[in-house]
Amino acid sequence: MAITEPTMPKLFDLALTVNGTHHEQSVEPRVLLSDFLRHDLGLTGTHVACEHGVCGACTVLLDGEPVRSCLIFAVQAHGHSVTTVEGLGAVDRLHPVQEAFRQAHGVQCGFCTPGILTSVVPFLAENPDPSEEEIREALSGNLCRCTGYQHIVDAVKLAAQNMKAANEQPAR
Amino acid sequence: MKPAPFEYFAPTSVEQALALLAEHGYEAKVLAGGQSLVPMMNFRLVQPSVLVDLNSIPDLGFIQPGVDGGLRLGALTRHHQVEVDPLVAERTPLLHEAMPKIGYPQIRRRGTLGGSLAHADPSAELVAVSVALDGRFRLRSPRGERWVPATEFFVGLFTTVLDPDELLVEVELPALPARSGCSLMEVARRHHDFALVGVAAVVTLDERGACQQARLVFLSAGDRPMQAHRAAEALRGQAPTPDAIRAAAEIAASNEIDPSSDIHATADFRRHLAKVLALRALEQACRRAAGKE
Repeated sequence: MAITEPTMPKLFDLALTVNGTHHEQSVEPRVLLSDFLRHDLGLTGTHVACEHGVCGACTVLLDGEPVRSCLIFAVQAHGHSVTTVEGLGAVDRLHPVQEAFRQAHGVQCGFCTPGILTSVVPFLAENPDPSEEEIREALSGNLCRCTGYQHIVDAVKLAAQNMKAANEQPAR
Repeated sequence: MKPAPFEYFAPTSVEQALALLAEHGYEAKVLAGGQSLVPMMNFRLVQPSVLVDLNSIPDLGFIQPGVDGGLRLGALTRHHQVEVDPLVAERTPLLHEAMPKIGYPQIRRRGTLGGSLAHADPSAELVAVSVALDGRFRLRSPRGERWVPATEFFVGLFTTVLDPDELLVEVELPALPARSGCSLMEVARRHHDFALVGVAAVVTLDERGACQQARLVFLSAGDRPMQAHRAAEALRGQAPTPDAIRAAAEIAASNEIDPSSDIHATADFRRHLAKVLALRALEQACRRAAGKE
C-alpha cells in the first residue's frame, strides 16, 4: 500500500477497542475506518461499496452510534469503541435481530446485511416498538438491490416482537 | 478510490485548532463531521495536505437558550442532537422540521451543524434555513472574533466569507416574533437524497392578519441560498390570500432564482417546482402563523 507515494507518510499510533478487544496499531491517517477494519483487523463483515456515504453497507457502531465507516478515518476512532457485525452475535449464538433476519428471510445476497444489522440494532434499542413507517425511515440509509425491502421490514418487525417477548436488552 | 495522503492533527482546544489553521493556511482543511468532506477526499475532488480534526474539542458541541427566546448552537453539534433536542423543537420549529430531511439517519449521527454551514452547499437544508431564520455566525481566528449574518456568510458555490485561519464556532438563531409561522418544502428524486429544489418560508402576520414580514429562501436554486426579496416585498402589508401568495411565488420563481440543468432535472423543471413549493410553503407558513395548524 502507498508504495507510489513520493515521501514516507507519517504514521499515527492508533489505540481503539473493536468488538471488545483492544487493538494498537500504527496507521496512515488517510486509512478509512472501513479499510482498517477489513484489511488490518481482517473483519471483513463490514462491507464497502459506494465509499461516499450513500449505500450504508459499511455502517458500524462508534461508541454505540451507527455511522458510516467509509466516512471516518481510522485515526478518528482513537480512544473510542467500535462494534462491527462480527460483534453483534456469533454463528451459534445469533443476536435476536440476526435471528429474526434468518427467520423472516430478510437476507438475499447478503451484501447489504451487515450495514442493515448495525443500523437496526441501535434503532430497536432506542425504539423497541416502532411503526412500519419508523422502520422504513430507519432503513432509508441502507440500499438493498435484491429484496425490495419487504422481507427486511418484516424481519425488523419480527425482531422487535421477539425482543419484546424475551424482554431482553439488545447487546451492543 | 482512497484519499490522498495528508498530515493529521486532532487539537483539543479551539486555540490549538486556530494556531494550526494559522500555520497551514490554505493547505489545511477543517474536519468536522466529515460527511461531505470525506466523500470528496475519497473521490480526490479535494486533496488537503493537512487535516485539522475538531472532534476532540468538546466545547464546540452545545445547544443553549439564547437571549429573548432564541437559540445558540455550537458548531460541532451533531445533526442527530439537534433533531431530538426539545429546546430546538420549541424555539426554532423550522430547524426542527429541517433536521430529518438532512442525509440519512447514520449521516445525521456524525454530521455537524457548523460543518454543513461552512461547506456551503447550496442544496443543503441548513444553509437555506440559517438564512431564512436570519441567523448569525460567530467566527474565530487568532486575530479575534467576528459575528457574520447568514445573509452575508454564503458568497458562492461552496464558498463563504471564512478566511483560511478562521473557524465557525457558534450559530445564533433569533426568536421569531409573535404570530410567525414557518415551512420547509422540497422535492427529491429519492427519499433523503439532495433536493432538486426546496424552499424555506417564514411569515409573520400583524394583528389584523395581514402579512407583516415574509422571508423566502430557496435551496438547489442557484450557487448559494437564494433569498426572494421582491416576493417578500410583494407580500408585505397584504392579506395572505391565495392570489397574493400565488403572485409572490410567481415573482420568486420567475425572477429571483437561478436554477441549473443537470442529469436530474432541467432548469425549467426546477423553476416550476420552485413556484409550486413556494406557494405551498407560504400557505403553510401563513396557516401556522395564524395558529391554524
